[in-house]
Amino acid sequence: MNELQVLYQEVLLDHYRSPRNHGRLATATGRAEGHNPLCGDRIAVEVELNGDRLQRVAFEGSGCAISTASASLMTEAVAGHTAGEISQLFDQFRKAVTGDPAADLEPLGKLAVLCGVKDFPMRVKCATLAWHTLVAAMAGGGKVSTE
Amino acid sequence: MSSATPSDRVAVGEAALDVARLRADFPILGRRIGAAPLAYLDNAATTQKPRQVLAAMQRFYEESYGSVARGVHHLSAEATRQYEASRARVGAFLGAASPEEIVFVRGTTEAANLVAWSFARPRLSPGDEILVTELEHHSNLVPWQMVCEERGARLAVVPVDDRGEVDPEEFSRRLGPQTKLAAFAHVSNALGTVLPVGELVRRAQAAGVPTFVDGAQSAPHLAVDVSALGCDFFAFSAHKVYGPTGIGVLYGRRERLAGMPPWQGGGGMIRSVTFERTTYDDPPRRFEAGTPAAAEAIGLAAAIDYVEAIGWPALERHESELVDAAVAGLEAIAGVRLIGRPRARAGVVSFVLDGIHAHDLGTVLDHYGVAVRAGHHCAQPLMRRFGVPATVRASFAIYNTSAEVTALVSAIEGARAIFGLGAADGGEAGR
Repeated sequence: MNELQVLYQEVLLDHYRSPRNHGRLATATGRAEGHNPLCGDRIAVEVELNGDRLQRVAFEGSGCAISTASASLMTEAVAGHTAGEISQLFDQFRKAVTGDPAADLEPLGKLAVLCGVKDFPMRVKCATLAWHTLVAAMAGGGKVSTE
Repeated sequence: MSSATPSDRVAVGEAALDVARLRADFPILGRRIGAAPLAYLDNAATTQKPRQVLAAMQRFYEESYGSVARGVHHLSAEATRQYEASRARVGAFLGAASPEEIVFVRGTTEAANLVAWSFARPRLSPGDEILVTELEHHSNLVPWQMVCEERGARLAVVPVDDRGEVDPEEFSRRLGPQTKLAAFAHVSNALGTVLPVGELVRRAQAAGVPTFVDGAQSAPHLAVDVSALGCDFFAFSAHKVYGPTGIGVLYGRRERLAGMPPWQGGGGMIRSVTFERTTYDDPPRRFEAGTPAAAEAIGLAAAIDYVEAIGWPALERHESELVDAAVAGLEAIAGVRLIGRPRARAGVVSFVLDGIHAHDLGTVLDHYGVAVRAGHHCAQPLMRRFGVPATVRASFAIYNTSAEVTALVSAIEGARAIFGLGAADGGEAGR
């Protein structure tokens, strides 16, 4: 497999075509909007928090395969976790997609399919947009930009 | 590409345009991207530079470099002469009445900002309008918006139709006593539409409205004659016409420039300075504060020489063949939708592909060595008009070949295969 096939592997394409947890969240306690001005992609993440535990999460918006699949995979990975756990996971995820050799892939689970992004530095922001937006939504909302 | 196909040899009267020979002037075109040969189709963003331009700049630095219009020594005089000769070269290129109508700026963006602050701003009162079109690049929107905001004025917008064209009637409908300036592109950077600028300028003039023409995308593709056009201002950037970065041109009609206050203050633009009062030099120097980009001006003049040596008929014919081939090739791909179908088009083809976002397509094409722009092309209002967040834009220059159009088309087929689209409905495209 070449870098391109690693990037656009089947799991990623599946989440792009059929994103999970896509839509509004009727029980949302927080919402944030993320924007990547470089490509114009927009995403909104809605969260339902119980204390510092993320009960449910959903996202809406349209973007490229990487940002959409990343958002979809993220919602599956973070639901039910505490803010601290999510922060640690984001940290490992960011290391993985930027090619940091210290990245620990073990806790990433399915998120590891996005590791191919490390060979495409121009696309790292596509992969992290949903995460930045999630962090903002859990912190009380607002707008985030990757620039 | 060494194997020139018949359409890469353009007959110009007796002579033929030898694209393979032209390409040898551009060292970077020999690059490979990974395993693939580079197919550089991002020329609307910036063009590559021929050796002739690089050599002219290097010769200036090695043989004649000194401060322009500052010293009495020999090198300063020589540098000044070459800088001013470049200004005259640009003036002739644009058909200006005299070199004094040519102001060197950093690029089209700076030209628009200069006109916004120095020409438009003092004329604007609350309720006034600057008329633009829906297809403008942000650099032909934001500077006007900034001065409008400050003066309580606003932008009026001429809509673009489904073809991506601007109807002169719609333009006229929005002209009025409140219109203090009309600013529009000559060629759309996002769609390739060639606007009927002569017609728009005539209509603006009939209404007593001054005009600013953004020529960033026309100067590389069409012969421009500002005197025939009759516009008050015209701007372009050297780097899109095979010249260096960091320099561009503002053409301003003599009487317009003469009535404008300076924009930036500093050395080189004054007549006399005391602590109480400064008097300013005449145009164009009034608008060129600080040490000018002399080597870049000389590079621009060399780029103009290069283009004119090729000749506009040959250039336009070759580029329109490439654009036609790209349109035909793209239309044959299942799921491709061209954005904009202008009847007059220069240099640019913009499209989206069902099932693959523009950015993913850009990444895949890059893998095949095909450099295109994927994004909003600094024309977000236009993207909204067409209901797309982004498009893929292939844009052509004199050195492109039909083989590169083929590379673009096969790379898109490759992307469809990677995204699992090839097998499902590939039969439709006969591939």
